[in-house]
Amino acid sequence: MPLIDIDALHKSYGETEVLKGIDLHVEAGEVIAIIGKSGSGKSTLLRCINGLETINSGAISVGGEQLVEDELHLRKLRLKVGMIFQQFNLFPHKTAGQNVMLAQQVVKKRRKAEAETKAREVMDRVGLGDKFDSYPDQLSGGQQQRVAIARALAMEPMALLCDEVTSALDPELVGEVLQVVRALAADGMTLLMVTHEMAFARDVCSRVVFMHQGRVHEAGPPSEIFANPKTPELRAFIGMAAA
Amino acid sequence: MTQFTFWDIFSNLLLATRWTILLSLVAFVGGGVLGLILLFVRIGKTWWLRRIVQGYTELFQGTPLLMQLFLAFFGLGLLGINVSPWAAAAVALILWTAAFLVEIWRGCVDAVPKGQWEASASLGMSYIEQMRHVVLPQALRISIPPTVGFSVQVVKGTALTSIIGFVELTKAGTSLANATYESFTVYGLVALIYFVLCYPLSLSARILERKMNAAHRH
Repeated sequence: MPLIDIDALHKSYGETEVLKGIDLHVEAGEVIAIIGKSGSGKSTLLRCINGLETINSGAISVGGEQLVEDELHLRKLRLKVGMIFQQFNLFPHKTAGQNVMLAQQVVKKRRKAEAETKAREVMDRVGLGDKFDSYPDQLSGGQQQRVAIARALAMEPMALLCDEVTSALDPELVGEVLQVVRALAADGMTLLMVTHEMAFARDVCSRVVFMHQGRVHEAGPPSEIFANPKTPELRAFIGMAAA
Repeated sequence: MTQFTFWDIFSNLLLATRWTILLSLVAFVGGGVLGLILLFVRIGKTWWLRRIVQGYTELFQGTPLLMQLFLAFFGLGLLGINVSPWAAAAVALILWTAAFLVEIWRGCVDAVPKGQWEASASLGMSYIEQMRHVVLPQALRISIPPTVGFSVQVVKGTALTSIIGFVELTKAGTSLANATYESFTVYGLVALIYFVLCYPLSLSARILERKMNAAHRH
């Protein structure tokens, strides 16, 4: 059974249908890039998976946990899948270390010492062991995003959703974040990422999903998608992205 | 007829100032507690409770404090409940203060970026956990300058209670002015005392605001 299972997902904002029936099955260990024009529904799809958006119809499950919109079920689902945001969304009133410890203590009921050990481990993993006591506003954008990744990792999710994690970064900071993501992929983490980094998608991902007008328009291994796009829409998109 | 020296006037005003301070404190603390309770309802999940609190704040913000004092004093009297000016003043001011603080604080909760809710939700936190660990600590910081600033309005608001006969600074001033015919001296002193009470508050509100902006988080 796939780790992430999305069946006939529909999502509308008022009259506007943003997702028009998405089927997507993600096996454990897959690294998937979701590409497409803005407004094609890729971020919405990601946000539906962990219940940040309410869905209109269809079914989603992660690691066997069905998406059901009450607090108890959502909590169980969200323990299986972490999310990284474009704007990092670190808690500004807490240090990097406390950011990584908070949900461990509150949600997983870990003791402080245990949470701290875990936090130091994941902070080392993203290369920020020495920034444990820094506040977010003392860190660069790239460092903040790596703390956000550490924060998600500390909850030991089965999969990570990455929503344009490098789009808010200065160009020179993109590399350090992608390097961390690449290392996660190499370690076998299941990743579902909305991205504009085509080179990265080509290099790291096992599958690329091209979304167009609320549907999965084309999907396949990056070699095929980028070298051999079948639909005119994908051809146009890749042409634009390359230009 | 007794002669009033300047010192007599001043000391009498200072004695009455105690009541202004006490009433301000009661209004602010009472209004703060009530405001906090109402805040949780206002940002809570039950829509009809939210509407009730919204109606309450609109009512109290949309009518003069003076009318609220009259209603508390005479209105309750009409219902056969005998209220002292002190009780009527305290009740009206607490309700009035709460109505403003709810809206000030709701604005502060709203000012916490949506991303903070989403990040904490995606980490599995429940609504109460999000509130307690992520949103309220940030809202609290944002709220300190406007809350301290509003306390100035509360102090000045107590002056209106003189009209229902509560003897605080303004009422004492009126009586002294009538007795001494030295209106300018008396009201000048009254104004000065209010200023001495209020200026440190508005000054600290300004300093706090600058501090929060500079080091906005920790």
